[in-house]
This record gives sequence, structure tokens and C-alpha cells, in this order.
Amino acid sequence: MAEIFMFLYSGGLELLCDSKKIHNVNVEQQNGEDKLIMKDLLSWVRTNLIKERPEMFMKGDTVRPGVLVLVNDCDWELSGQLSTTLEDKDVVVFISTLHGG
Amino acid sequence: MEEEKKRQRGVRLCCLCNEQRASLKRPKTLEHICRDCFYRVFEDEIHDVILSNNLFSPGDRVAIGASGGKDSTVLAYVLSKLNKTHNYGLDLFLLSVDEGITGYRDDSLLTVHRNQIQYGLPLKVISYEELYGWTMDNIVKMIGLKNNCTFCGVFRRQALDRGAALLKVDKVVTGHNADDIAETVLLNILRGDIARLSRCTSIITGEDSPIPRCKPFKYTYEKEIVMYAYFKKLDYFSTECIYSPNAYRGFAREFIKDLERIRPRAILDIIQSGENFRISATTKMPEQGTCERCGYISSQKWCKACVLLDGLNRGLPKLGIGRSRGSIDGCKDRNEKNGGKSIESKQCGTLDF
Repeated sequence: MAEIFMFLYSGGLELLCDSKKIHNVNVEQQNGEDKLIMKDLLSWVRTNLIKERPEMFMKGDTVRPGVLVLVNDCDWELSGQLSTTLEDKDVVVFISTLHGG
Repeated sequence: MEEEKKRQRGVRLCCLCNEQRASLKRPKTLEHICRDCFYRVFEDEIHDVILSNNLFSPGDRVAIGASGGKDSTVLAYVLSKLNKTHNYGLDLFLLSVDEGITGYRDDSLLTVHRNQIQYGLPLKVISYEELYGWTMDNIVKMIGLKNNCTFCGVFRRQALDRGAALLKVDKVVTGHNADDIAETVLLNILRGDIARLSRCTSIITGEDSPIPRCKPFKYTYEKEIVMYAYFKKLDYFSTECIYSPNAYRGFAREFIKDLERIRPRAILDIIQSGENFRISATTKMPEQGTCERCGYISSQKWCKACVLLDGLNRGLPKLGIGRSRGSIDGCKDRNEKNGGKSIESKQCGTLDF
């Protein structure tokens, strides 16, 4: 179990999640693994947080292309995307680039 | 301990300075770089694009088309920074168009007003209401949510030019980025719009606007613009226009993003393909003239904005929508003279080229 701070920036992502930009969530790793990874967080978000139009946020088991993800202010493409490990008090930021300009 | 934690997570050092922890993967080069190196290469590349394409001359008055969104905010920030550090000698202005969309543009204009103070750039706001006598709110009340983006796109294009003329600027710069341009190349191919395809990749467009427009972000990835704005904590507005379902462009956009995930170079490759299209000399292109009614540049008797406005004012807003413009007598003759179909296409959202 880890407490994760999630920030949803821009592009209306927060509208899919109770109109809140900041979420403190407690997520448990799945299938008895000892480490929590981004994949677990996303599937938790999908099940518990997204109230409508999940396709605006997710595609398959990952975020839809055009949504940038930062874990502790670092591009998740550097830390292994879905397999990025998460620890207690980590900060995950989602930024949608899909509209507005 | 802290050092160990970082290593555990597999984050490497910046491949440029080899000192700081990498913060992002560049889509263009796949390099892992730290924030400071990122700021440097991001700004240097834009500086190189400006120099190698001779975008500006010393003493130019330049209007930055500012919507309050991420692209134009980053553009205003970077351009005023480069202007100072490299002594371009430019007089910079912010130029915003107020379409009259309550709950969207009024909020984003507040951002632009803050940017005016933050970057010390004078701001000019020009509204649809003063130019055309119609706000988008009123237009939508009359025509509904179908085709409203056509009105908005056509009106915005002229509004920027008219605002630029009032500011007496030599050039207008817009925040169109590499992703936008790749998307427009695809759209113009899908629509068969040869005239636009041949000019949508130009970094400076002059022939279809009275005042030249340039796109310093032509080769800049959207991901990097967003990361730059995020890391620098720039103040930008990011909500989707309440009237824009943007369906057709949305498909192209999503396709580009899917391609980028598989191979980020694809965006630059599509731009290059667009640049390399050669149009056969026998293809009939629309002749550029001026609108008989307002004097704006137009390939028809009346410019698109006047046709749309005439429809609105006569209570027939469907005039001028769609591909055939046979509904107005004069235009029809002119169309036939020019060798057939109009090459007008629908414009949508903020990305009219």
C-alpha cells in the first residue's frame, strides 16, 4: 500500500475525475507483487476515479497518446512507463496535450 | 541514500552534461536530458530556426498571436527571451482575438492579460464583436453547434490580420508546432486540398495574408512545449473550447499521436513529405484577388468572411458553408471562370493555415 499524490493538469482531464485536479490516493499492488508500479496506479484510476469517458484518458492499459506523465517531475519515458515503480508519497502528474493552443 | 533511491528507479544522468539527473526523453532525438540542458537546446533550436529562415530583420515590429494557451504562451516567453539575449532588435506585441465565447475566451484572455505584465509586452485585443458585429455566442445561438468552427476559423484569420494592421506590425508569429503542422499536412491530403497542402508547411506565409505570418515552432514538438511550460511553471490556460467538438481534426490529431508513440520521428517525416510535394504545373490554382466588399485578400468575388457574414445578417447562415459556393450569384460566375470548383475547405479550431 502506498499513498500517491496525483495531479491532473490541463486539457480537461480533471473533468473526468470529479472535477478535482489533485487527488491523494492509496493504491495497493496487484497480484501479490511486492512493488507498486504505474500499471497498478492506472488500473486503479480507471476503476475508482474516472467517472466518465475513460477513452479521453486511457487507451488499452495505458494513457492515451498525447497524455504526458511525470513521476516525481521526471518524464515516465525515462523510468519505464507502465513498469515505473512507485513508492509512498510519490507525485504523479498527468498533462493532456490534446487540445488548447 | 537519496542517490541510491534514484538509481534504483533506473533514471540515468543527462546525456549532454553527464552531471544532472535526466528529466525527459526528447522525442526528436530520443536523448535523455536534464532540465537545464533541455532549456538550452530548446531555445537554441528555435534561435537556429529563426536565423536560418531569416524570419526577422532588426527593427521589425512583430505581433505574437496569443490565445493564452500553451503554445502561444511559450512562444511569447521564448521569443522575448531570445530577443533580449541575441539582440534581435524586435518590437514585440501580444495580439489576441476575442471571439466572444463566454466561459472560455474570457478566461483565457485573463491569462493573456497576466502574460502582458509577466513578459512586459504590450497587448492588443481585437474582438469579433467590434469587427463583425457578432460574437461566437450569438453565432452559435443562431446556427447551433454544427459548422460553427468554420465561422470561427474564417473570422479569426481575418481578425489577426486586421489586429496586426492596427498595430502596424511587419510580421505576425503564431505558436503552430510540429505536431500541428504534421496534422495539417495529413488533413490537406485527406481533403484533397492541393492549394493548402502546398503552403501549409511554409515557415513563412505571405501570399495569402496581407502581413507575413511565421511559425518559429515549425520543428518544435508539442511534448517539448508542454514540458517547457510545465518545468518553467509558465502561466497558461488549458481548457477546450466549449463549442468545439473538433471531430475531423481530432481524428488526424489522434493518428499523429499514435504514430509518435511508435516512432517520434514520424512527425518531422510527415512535415518533410508535405514540403516535398510538387504540384503539377497544369493544376489550376485559385487566383488571388481582393474581396469587392471589404478589400481583404480573396480568390473569389467576396472573401469567405463576407460570405459568411452576409448569410448571418440575412438570416441564412448556411450560405458559404461547404464546398460549393454556388449560392451567391457573383461567386458562381467567378468560380466557373476560374475553372471550376472552389478549393475552399472547412477550417476548424484554432489551426487555420
